[in-house]
Amino acid sequence: MDLKIASAVATAEERNAVDSLLGLAPETSQGGERNVIGHRVARGGESLRGLRHLLLPTLHAVNDRIGWLSRGAINYISQRLDIAPADIYGVATFYALFTTNERPARQVHVCVDLACRAMSGCKEDSIPNGAVASPCLGVCERAPAVLVIETGSTLRYEVLAPATTTEINDLVAGKSAGVEQEISAAVPQAPDASLVLLSRIGRVDPLSIDDYIASNGYVALRRAIAIGAEQVITEVTASGLVGRGGAAFPTGRKWSAVAGQPVKTRYLICNADESEPGTFKDRVLMEGDPFALVEAMTIAAFATGCQHGWIYLRGEYPRALKNLTNAVESARSRSMLGENILGSGFSFDITIFRGAGAYICGEETAIFNSIEGYRGEPRNKPPFPVEVGLFGKPTVVNNVETLLNVLPIINDTGEKYATWGTTGSKGKKLFCVSGAVNKPGVYEVTFGATLRELINLAGGLKTGSQLQAVLLGGAAGGFVGPQDLDLELTLEAARAAGTTLGSGVILVLDQSVDMVDQLQRIAAFFRDESCGQCVPCRVGTVRQQEALARLVKSSGTGNSAVDLQLLRDLGQVMRDASICGLGQTAHNAIDSALTRLKVFSA
Amino acid sequence: MSTQVTTGLQVRRSVELTIDGEKVTALEGSTLLDACRASGKEIPTLCYGDTITPKNACRVCMVELEGSRTLVPSCSRKVEAGMIVKTNNERTSHSRKLVLELLGSSVDLSLTKNVARWNEGYGAQPTRFGAPSYHHSDRDEAITGHHHQPDGSTAETVHQDVKVDNTLYVRDYSKCILCYQCVDACGEQWQNTFAITTAGRGFDARISTEFAVDLTDSACVYCGNCIQVCPTGALMFTSEYEMRQDGTWNEPEQTQTDTICPYCGVGCALTLHVQDNTIVKVTSPSDHSVTHGNLCIKGRFGFQHVQNRASD
Repeated sequence: MDLKIASAVATAEERNAVDSLLGLAPETSQGGERNVIGHRVARGGESLRGLRHLLLPTLHAVNDRIGWLSRGAINYISQRLDIAPADIYGVATFYALFTTNERPARQVHVCVDLACRAMSGCKEDSIPNGAVASPCLGVCERAPAVLVIETGSTLRYEVLAPATTTEINDLVAGKSAGVEQEISAAVPQAPDASLVLLSRIGRVDPLSIDDYIASNGYVALRRAIAIGAEQVITEVTASGLVGRGGAAFPTGRKWSAVAGQPVKTRYLICNADESEPGTFKDRVLMEGDPFALVEAMTIAAFATGCQHGWIYLRGEYPRALKNLTNAVESARSRSMLGENILGSGFSFDITIFRGAGAYICGEETAIFNSIEGYRGEPRNKPPFPVEVGLFGKPTVVNNVETLLNVLPIINDTGEKYATWGTTGSKGKKLFCVSGAVNKPGVYEVTFGATLRELINLAGGLKTGSQLQAVLLGGAAGGFVGPQDLDLELTLEAARAAGTTLGSGVILVLDQSVDMVDQLQRIAAFFRDESCGQCVPCRVGTVRQQEALARLVKSSGTGNSAVDLQLLRDLGQVMRDASICGLGQTAHNAIDSALTRLKVFSA
Repeated sequence: MSTQVTTGLQVRRSVELTIDGEKVTALEGSTLLDACRASGKEIPTLCYGDTITPKNACRVCMVELEGSRTLVPSCSRKVEAGMIVKTNNERTSHSRKLVLELLGSSVDLSLTKNVARWNEGYGAQPTRFGAPSYHHSDRDEAITGHHHQPDGSTAETVHQDVKVDNTLYVRDYSKCILCYQCVDACGEQWQNTFAITTAGRGFDARISTEFAVDLTDSACVYCGNCIQVCPTGALMFTSEYEMRQDGTWNEPEQTQTDTICPYCGVGCALTLHVQDNTIVKVTSPSDHSVTHGNLCIKGRFGFQHVQNRASD
């Protein structure tokens, strides 16, 4: 490309950060040091094409080291990857963890989302000076949560939860958050070897592949190789497993669609961009049982014929990043990943790809754009990912929890798995219980448990708490009321009751919670996280927020009817005409609060 | 029964589908919009342009497709045999009305063709979201994922000051519907210059150079191909902008004359827009086999020598 680079030059440290990932630029290449002989030569173009997928990792490298992305840094990245500076600027400004303005190295991200504000956390206007508001950090079981990111020659993360205002002030002042709580604290059922998905949490060292192997690890992969790819898909289909990310698409059907593609280059993506407010199950699984995800991905790739896999991990999950990185490296060192896995002739490897602060990147086609080095905007469907996905190739995208379910299916057959659950919902399900319960955390149940049973499992309501409402499925889900406690938490019962299980969120709200405040936060969340591509979502989420703000003032007066109608109109156009699931569900929770809980109709 | 049409070396089948209860045939590979227009339906479009791959971002052309949970964008959805499509029922009308209202309440559509007529036809009232607010001039500084909590007293708009940073064209992003056509024309679809991009996210998304620098500090080569594809007048010749400011712009009085660019041997087609015997802007026919609507700085802006009068 005929790059036009302005005069701003990267500092030595910025160049080092880029070079730490890309290596030194050859003298005869764009961005390289000019010498006497080669000073007229600056090769770019053809030799640099195909590096675009390194853009986000490179931006991370600079952002991690320097803390922000300067014009000079972007100019240097532009030369190294042969991408125009404006194009890079567009990508950098899409992601909330990147910034193009200089800022202090230490950033204190204070969660202001649903679970944290329900547990007396900060709101947008009550953040201590020097800290920044953050959408859900996925630490809801210990709400309210804070994540500290300190950039520099070594990137440092700290999580503090629960955090008081005083503690947040201390963190801003530079005080350490101390050691983070044990992973197993998020799983009140642990340790319990009889659990299916959570059996290793609290029992097996998540950093030791030997411990993993000693506790039934890599049995499923050996069996998968023994029975062959086709039989693996048959088992998964027979199990009745459906996607656990929220859309509930049959996993077996997705796998066989990819396996049947004429194109032989295929990719696997594990969607670990868990960002739905109130959801933290995938974080716990990746922190506490990372090898299981690596094994399950290997089986999925073996079954569908994928040569490479990506874990698209949300940027706010430092412990999951550390444990997964260790798991992938250990697996590689034992030939459980890489060439000729377990002598089967099958080769497969995994790249961990860090997200950079964008809820929309949990949308499967937005993940493709993000990995390919573009703004995380969803693509139009059709074509569907099973035909045209990442880099234009057939791609399997599965959620973390979905993949982990594959291990018991292969170990004990799909038929056995299908005996768990109800007619319409098979197997085991994780729920993220948070809010006004005694023992918040991730709970594993067999499909069929009721909402009341889940709340009881979580130790029941706190003393003095009276149930006001429960948010099922997160911001894209819906509210139910105290009258719905006997709702069976299955896909079919939720659908029949006009609600959704979504990503398994059960956020329990007691009488102390201001429902209007929760609704306003949901509206603000969707406005912040809309990618901005399509009009119904880009403008609709703003108009929805404005209408809610008016309703707060006019509630109970005759004026509210106009805005209630406006909200319904907005809900319909967002549901009918948005490009992706974000816009299509951006009104669901608000709608459920208006119709089920009668908020604003008093 | 399917028929076959040969176009060059490609054989394209025709498929049969139903639009508003009528059986129609359309060539495989064409879009629902093509099929609808061929059968005489008027489907409004805003972000759709005939020289750029549809981005289907505005969502005003949505139609109902049997079996689809949501409406589908007719501009980019390809025809398939047996599709049953409805172009004008309560659901599509509601969707179009709301899209027109959402855009009309946040963007200055005063120079966008057909909008007033569509607003009337669909009963769209952009003002029902409240009085527009014009106080934002800092959109280029928006922080991703953060915004000020609105109080609902006004309807937020994309207003920002007109960018006049060069002598050839101006950028008035208060009129931008974010159709992405200028970005695609500047970038990989035509010019390969990549001077502009979509920056930011959500309602704060905007067209920008890197770090919002002036065009003169950007990679812009002033081909003006972005002006050619802009459907809303957000990008405009300085000559047109100044005449509009002076109140002298008079489009009905203008003549359009096609000619060939005199500068080099490529043979680009030019359309000269002339008012009072003065060239006021230059476009190129989008269906011209040489240009597809694209020109370079010379063809687009290098016309002053034609009208340097002896007395000047």
